[in-house]
Amino acid sequence: MLTELWNHYGWPLLEIIGKIVALIIPLVIAVAYLTYVERRVIAAMQLRRGPNVAGPFGLLLPIADTFKLIRKETIIPTRANPVIFILAPIVTFSLSLVAWAVIPIGPDFVIADINVGILYLFAISSLSVYGIIMAGWASNSKYAFLGALRSAAQMVSYEVSMGLIIVSVLLCTGSMNLRDIVMAQEHLWFAIPLFPMFVIFFISALAETNRAPFDLPEAEAEIVSGYNVEYSSMTFALFFFGEYANMILMSALTTILFLGGWLPPAQIEPFIWISGFGWFVLKICFMLFLFLWVRASFPRYRYDQLMRLGWKVFLPLSLAWVVLTAGVLISFDLLPG
Amino acid sequence: MDYLLKDYLPILIFFGMTIALSGFIMILSRLLETRKPDPEKLSPYECGFEAFSNARMKFDVRFYLVAILLIIFDLEIAFLFPWALSLKGIGLFGFFSMLGFLAILTIGFIYEWKKGALEWE
Repeated sequence: MLTELWNHYGWPLLEIIGKIVALIIPLVIAVAYLTYVERRVIAAMQLRRGPNVAGPFGLLLPIADTFKLIRKETIIPTRANPVIFILAPIVTFSLSLVAWAVIPIGPDFVIADINVGILYLFAISSLSVYGIIMAGWASNSKYAFLGALRSAAQMVSYEVSMGLIIVSVLLCTGSMNLRDIVMAQEHLWFAIPLFPMFVIFFISALAETNRAPFDLPEAEAEIVSGYNVEYSSMTFALFFFGEYANMILMSALTTILFLGGWLPPAQIEPFIWISGFGWFVLKICFMLFLFLWVRASFPRYRYDQLMRLGWKVFLPLSLAWVVLTAGVLISFDLLPG
Repeated sequence: MDYLLKDYLPILIFFGMTIALSGFIMILSRLLETRKPDPEKLSPYECGFEAFSNARMKFDVRFYLVAILLIIFDLEIAFLFPWALSLKGIGLFGFFSMLGFLAILTIGFIYEWKKGALEWE
């Protein structure tokens, strides 16, 4: 009886937990080193050296940063609502990690292979607005409040065009399962036929993660640091972590939707030497490099320009593209499924 | 039931673990921190000035408008998802029905645009 219980529930449960740990730990390390790589890459683009003191090539810097932040004092302002104030970073951090549950890392590794994977991702990325709103409201500080408002409006605006782009990808795959979406690109990555959508999706991802040139919520010159101005120590670190984890998530999502996930560019000799997981990581690194490159190259947008781009350019374009894709697929009888 | 459990239980466990992890990180920093309490630290940051009013003030109504527009378009997208997946089954009739729906929505969108709901000066 007991062994049966163990075989039926205990063992699979342990397996799930083991898989999750095996995903979270590399992810945390990747986020830590993304902060380091960001500083090095931008330094190189600006002909500076960047951090190079802590350890060889400054490689120990993320670890030093972590210890520094842990040792700092956690401050809860007297006027803040303490419960929501503490809850906000937890929400942001958890949501940025939990989306990874459905991402297929390789052909066989995915924690929850649900058949509405893309819908789940869309839902989780919409929910991340809440962390920011909660932080801005609970802080009871003007800068935090304004930053949170800006950030929320910006994120929801770009979510609309992102959703429409996802619809045009779904038209080509006929399935919401992320593995099926990758397998549908076996012969042709969607970045080629849907190239304009690939570009718009990448720009929306920049806005969705509050990255430069759309980093208005933290525009230092206007509202100091936006929604997280009142946060210190690890509460701040969790926000920071959430932002970078979201960057990696958006890169992974772009990779899955447009760059063929774990698939090599072609099933021929030099390309198949690298495993599926290797290709997936390489493509994510490429997308992350684009994120950093954009940050080093472009000045910040003004708020009205940002909203104009989201609602008056991206929304009509992506809506028209959905109709175009559906029309082409239907008239040439190319619909999948 | 078993199928649902197998697919969605990992997500629930994942959620629990991330919340536990973030709680653990916060408690850890609470234990290790160097504490130097000071009343000035606890006031809201306002570039060194005394905070002179409550931060929960009036804000621009356009933020509200953006939220309403989002509801309309997000609902539309939620409507498009199943349509995109079943387009082969519903064929030309389904395609043109959705085109009609989108046309009505586009008229609304044009109206909004001309009314200046999308303007931020």
